[in-house]
Amino acid sequence: MSDDILKDLSWLPRAPEDFRKQRRALSDKTGPVGQDLRFLATHRLSDSQLTQLAQTIVDLRSAGADLAPLVPFRLGLVGNGTLDLVAPLLVASAARHGIALEVVQTEYGQLMQEAMSPQSGINSAKCDAVLLALDYRALPGLGSPTSVNDALAFLGALREGFRQNSGAISIVQTFAPPAEALFGHIDRVLDASPRGALDRINTELARSAAASDDVLLDVAAIAELVGLANWHSPQQWNLAKLPFDAAYAPFYADHVARLVAAIKGKSRRVLILDLDNTVWGGVIGDDGLEGIRIAQGDAVGEAFLAVQANALALRARGVVLAVSSKNTDSVARGPFREHPEMLLREDHIAVFQANWSDKATNIKTIANELSLGLDAMVFLDDNPMERDLVRRMLPQVAVPELPADPALYVRTLMAAGYFETIAFSEEDRKRADFYQDNAKRVALQASAGDLDSYLASLNMEIFFAPFDAMGRKRIAQLIAKSNQFNLTTRRYTEADVATLEEDPDVFTLQVRLTDAFGDNGMISVIVCRPQGEDAWEIDTWLMSCRVLKRRVEQMVLRELVEAARRHGKKRLIGVYIPTERNALVVEHYAELGFTQVETDATDGRTVWELDTATEVPEAPMTVHRAAQRAEAEPAQ
Amino acid sequence: MQDIYEKLTEILQDVFDDDEIVASPTLSAADVDGWDSLAHVRFILAIERGFGVKFSAAEASAFANVGELANGIAAKRTA
Repeated sequence: MSDDILKDLSWLPRAPEDFRKQRRALSDKTGPVGQDLRFLATHRLSDSQLTQLAQTIVDLRSAGADLAPLVPFRLGLVGNGTLDLVAPLLVASAARHGIALEVVQTEYGQLMQEAMSPQSGINSAKCDAVLLALDYRALPGLGSPTSVNDALAFLGALREGFRQNSGAISIVQTFAPPAEALFGHIDRVLDASPRGALDRINTELARSAAASDDVLLDVAAIAELVGLANWHSPQQWNLAKLPFDAAYAPFYADHVARLVAAIKGKSRRVLILDLDNTVWGGVIGDDGLEGIRIAQGDAVGEAFLAVQANALALRARGVVLAVSSKNTDSVARGPFREHPEMLLREDHIAVFQANWSDKATNIKTIANELSLGLDAMVFLDDNPMERDLVRRMLPQVAVPELPADPALYVRTLMAAGYFETIAFSEEDRKRADFYQDNAKRVALQASAGDLDSYLASLNMEIFFAPFDAMGRKRIAQLIAKSNQFNLTTRRYTEADVATLEEDPDVFTLQVRLTDAFGDNGMISVIVCRPQGEDAWEIDTWLMSCRVLKRRVEQMVLRELVEAARRHGKKRLIGVYIPTERNALVVEHYAELGFTQVETDATDGRTVWELDTATEVPEAPMTVHRAAQRAEAEPAQ
Repeated sequence: MQDIYEKLTEILQDVFDDDEIVASPTLSAADVDGWDSLAHVRFILAIERGFGVKFSAAEASAFANVGELANGIAAKRTA
């Protein structure tokens, strides 16, 4: 059956024979266990195995074990069916996506009370998000004249209730229509039929989720993928009130997990392609330009063309492409340069690694050149040995299993959902170009030697502006996603950002950078709050890692110091709060000339101070500045 | 019948996370730690998948012990 790829999560390698033993061994391990949990979770596990792995995670957590580098996330789970079977699957699947998930459940059927009462179990648990796992049976009177509006009002009240009473966002599910038509084909246009009504509810839900902080889980699309008649099991509903066939529970759980990971900014960003028998049929070194198969009209060649077309479509939405191939460089580049049927061309590839080193080394080089972590990488290779090697050497890299038939490569890769995202902006679209340009810069830098003359040659222009409505989405996105260059890792939603725009006491900066290679877009975000009469505390300072080592921080500080002076502030106070990911900036304030005034022994935070009379030297870039609000005073 | 019991042992060990369980005709929910109503559902679903059979709700709740279950599976497989 062709839904096997989905149902069996066939992009994951088979579970090890001694899975149970490996899992039990984790309970005795000292030190952080997150990496091991993630490794075990990244297999094709049965629902029993997932349930047991979840139990191990729960036990480890209550024993006080360190689950790092998994990122904690608390998820409220409410719904109208039996969710006890799926809850542990969510926990285990989340580990696969780098999340230490804690699930908070409610009593069956207490939906509205849970949302409305500030003291309810879900609300008092202060969840990061609440998953509204409702199916169509939760909507009474479906097909009645008011059912569409009733359903939307009901869902709106739940979402608003959780938000108001706990601050949690909602993960909202679309509704899979029942497998039985009421009228027949005309169902689609009749609100009096479940399908017609649910179509309209789903459209409206998707729209309202996109217009809010809430996140959409498109269960209707999942059910479409596997087929409604498979998705809905009347026996299992009757037997145990299972809202969908339990055979799909691991697939559903993986979807929830990848969405949570996307909320935490942990989606992957780079697709690394092997070449021979992955991007084209055959071996270029043996078969030559005429021998490899990529032609239209050739069934084998078209399968590989589909891989290329898919890579290009991913690139167009901002996924960076790279190549890792065991080949002589000039031979591997041949098809990209000369083969008329190739869709991929050299300038689509940010980093091209064709050599005879092992692939783990090459993938590390690619990550370095792009200034991205290994956990942002996906590696596509038809060769099981290479896949296995990379999984062992670099467990952070996602390496999908591939079926024997290349016709199914694209479906398998895309079913894994590595590049899940919860928002898409114009800047995302250009991201592949950003990173590609950055790789060029790294290469140039390596050859340039003298950093200052290199920086000068970049013709950088920096743009400072206060937060505004136009930048809001991107600001919120950076605040949600930046982990490494982030001094305090405080997360603010889009609504919070809007509030900051209006707050007269708060000083904000959004920073953009262009250079000789192109527009880097927004690269830094700053929030300062007053502390006492004479100081600003830097509440948030984050920066995109793709502009590291370009003295942008220095220019930002220069801007901050000048602004602080204009506001009559004598001191700037910087705070560094350590996380698993931000060791990069542990010396940030020291390097900028701040003096350390305090260490908090418990969470390792450090506090720093700078006199605003300090002259911060200029770095080689041109400054542009939009007026700060409420700064009507004449220029000096 | 022997193969059914072997496979049932495998499924029981998997569902109840216990290497010691062995399927026998008289084994019942009372003999196994953690065999509650939820675990029963997981067990039945695992059997359906493992043996490629389907049980009605009535059948699923009617088995008093593993022996009756094994007979039920055998009957469905020959049907």
